[in-house]
Amino acid sequence: MSLLIRNVTKRFGSLVANDNIVLELEPGALHAVLGENGAGKSTLMKLIAGTLQQDAGEIIMNGQAIPPGSPAAALTAGVGMLAQEPLVCLPFSNRENFRLGSAWDLEEATQKLRQQSQKIGFRLHPAAITRSLSVGERQQLEMVRLLARGIRLLILDEPTSGLTGQQRDQLFAALRQLATEGLMVLFVSHKLEEVNELCRTVTVMRRGKVVGETTLPKPEADLVSLMFEQAAPTQARAPIATDGSAAVELSGVDAGYGRQGIAGIDLAVARGEVIGIAGLEGSGQGALLRALSGQIALRKGRLAVSGRDLTNRRLREFRKQGVAFLPGGRLEEGLIPDLSIAEHLELANGTRFLIDWDHARTRSQASIDTFRIKGYPDTSVDALSGGNQQRVLLSLLPPKLALLVMEQPTRGLDVESAAYIWNRLLERRRDGTAIVFASSDLDEILTYSDRVLVVFDGRVIASRPASDLDAEQLGTLIGGVLAA
Amino acid sequence: MDATFASIIAAAAPLVYAAVGEAITERAGIVNLSLDGSILLSAMTGFAVAFTTGRVGLGFAAAAGVSALVALLVAWSGISLRLNQVAVGFVLTLLAAAVASYQGEGFVHQPGPSVTPRPIPVLADIPVVGRALFGQNLSVYGSLLLVAAAGWFLARSRPGLSLRAVGERPEVAHARGINVNRYRYLAALVGGALVGVGGAAFSLDQKLGWSDGHTAGFGWIALAIVIFGGWQPLRVALGCYLFGALQVVALRLQSRIPGLAQILPSIPFPLMIFALLLVNSAGLRRLLARSHRVSRWLLPEAPAALGRNFVP
Repeated sequence: MSLLIRNVTKRFGSLVANDNIVLELEPGALHAVLGENGAGKSTLMKLIAGTLQQDAGEIIMNGQAIPPGSPAAALTAGVGMLAQEPLVCLPFSNRENFRLGSAWDLEEATQKLRQQSQKIGFRLHPAAITRSLSVGERQQLEMVRLLARGIRLLILDEPTSGLTGQQRDQLFAALRQLATEGLMVLFVSHKLEEVNELCRTVTVMRRGKVVGETTLPKPEADLVSLMFEQAAPTQARAPIATDGSAAVELSGVDAGYGRQGIAGIDLAVARGEVIGIAGLEGSGQGALLRALSGQIALRKGRLAVSGRDLTNRRLREFRKQGVAFLPGGRLEEGLIPDLSIAEHLELANGTRFLIDWDHARTRSQASIDTFRIKGYPDTSVDALSGGNQQRVLLSLLPPKLALLVMEQPTRGLDVESAAYIWNRLLERRRDGTAIVFASSDLDEILTYSDRVLVVFDGRVIASRPASDLDAEQLGTLIGGVLAA
Repeated sequence: MDATFASIIAAAAPLVYAAVGEAITERAGIVNLSLDGSILLSAMTGFAVAFTTGRVGLGFAAAAGVSALVALLVAWSGISLRLNQVAVGFVLTLLAAAVASYQGEGFVHQPGPSVTPRPIPVLADIPVVGRALFGQNLSVYGSLLLVAAAGWFLARSRPGLSLRAVGERPEVAHARGINVNRYRYLAALVGGALVGVGGAAFSLDQKLGWSDGHTAGFGWIALAIVIFGGWQPLRVALGCYLFGALQVVALRLQSRIPGLAQILPSIPFPLMIFALLLVNSAGLRRLLARSHRVSRWLLPEAPAALGRNFVP
């Protein structure tokens, strides 16, 4: 049993998500696929598993091309995928989920579930309701099911994001054992240390293309430099207009949970300072940004904005103190899809019971002009492009801010939009607004921040002036290896 | 006592057909809100066909067919036209009721055929439950069998499991190679046909004949019982019997306490809401967390994809 991916291409509109991908796996292969967000890894995995259909090329299992675009056909051919979020019905019992889609009767399914989970050392109670299982156990259930259906290739897409360390070790042990029996494993992850620990070969993808293949383990810095494009030389930046007083201070902060959380964070951001947070995805950036902006509660430690203690105060008080947060999911967390630009402005700033729509339209036309948004006051925001959505979000920010916290502020934007947005943001520094942002774009971090924080496993492992860093050094730091 | 039990089981039979039918449909994720209109239309059709042909069986078949057709319309407009199932169901309720009223004009208050009683010898003489379970007619026997069969089908059989997955998380069902929309069409058709049988059980057995508004809002009651019954046939049937019991009691007390007959039949609903509150209380939940089986039975969840159209 071997897998051959021959010249597979997948387009979404004008975006080429997978460009002429070639990949080959031998029986027993433990193979990783690495790449930053949007590199096309998940798309490729979905093509192999049949949940997406390629535009060109073939996926061949053991000499036979798999009919594209059918998960059932892929399963018949011996391909099973463990999705990021396990595909199970939560109100069902484990054995019902195990049985769903198979030809087994209930007793047969119960028996097979017992045997298969015993074989790889998982403890799954057949009659237990799947909802009562942790995410890791639900994954185990899916894995046991796929193995019982006789798959020869197991695809794992970011399988460890919801797991505890112990569950992860258990998963890896099982995968190693199965590989010795000839199972092929395709492992997608952002986490280099895991890739190094589990896999023996790796394919690196960038912008839909395969840009490298190598054997593992390798120093993490080497992998990072394969994953990220070489950064352009950084531009000179204006000196900080700061009086040295702190806009925000964190001391001894724990927040969030599990592998996405942060622990023991001490951080002071000066007025007018721009801080870029770099790190592999899921290293705690999200929790750090949300803790800073009062979106999530602190489990430990204190937080002060402009010298005032706001630890676990209501979001309203953060806003009163001039703290704003621009989330990464624009349409999920930032904007309301069906509402127009004028309605958003009114929602953000309006105070009266009755809305004067003529006035609202005039005002939103003014912000449309200032922020050069390609749209009209009555355009609903989901009809706008990503760049224009981000501009709408910016236009909603109150004029005076003490702290602006942003997640991936220019993700998915073209160069022109990104530069425009950053110019508008940096203007705010003159009023003393501090900016903290996280980005997976190292260029962006090096270009616009005064200071770079590197997070790893929920901790800040480095804090350096951006002028002392180049992309290569930053890449090394991101991999979790301290340079000095 | 025997007679009371027997009349409760019989009085609830039309409701059992309709509510269990709707439960099956909703378990697949389709909400057929046209129930009240469908019951009326099928009660009229059943009686009219039986009256004209003189054959009760044909009446039942025609009623099932008409009601399945209405359900098919709901399913088709949701699955193929991507319309809102709730909106379409509402409109069809009104439409079907209007058609029933118009087409049924010639049959109002006509004496007609009815289902013949078929007590099973020996078994019907068992004390307490004998008459209730074995002293009935085919329509009532059918309702009893339906509850058992539907419960078994959903809980144990493979197609039943697939059907539940389709209504719970169609993406999962699709990924496991199950044809989601085929299941939904089938569930709507079967459920619709059962609603039709319920309508015919009305006009040919429980409340003989036809008059305008003959089924008195029983469709809405069936819809409510499906929710309170947690989409589980056995629980749904229990709700129907509770309702039937109060109806029978109200009828008996009518002469002594006038006005009670109006209030009593609506008592199950506040009662069910109260029971749900009790069952949902945090303390009881913690207690139930120990037993998966019991908690699943007592704390049912709506099918997560109910009313949500699925595009593969």
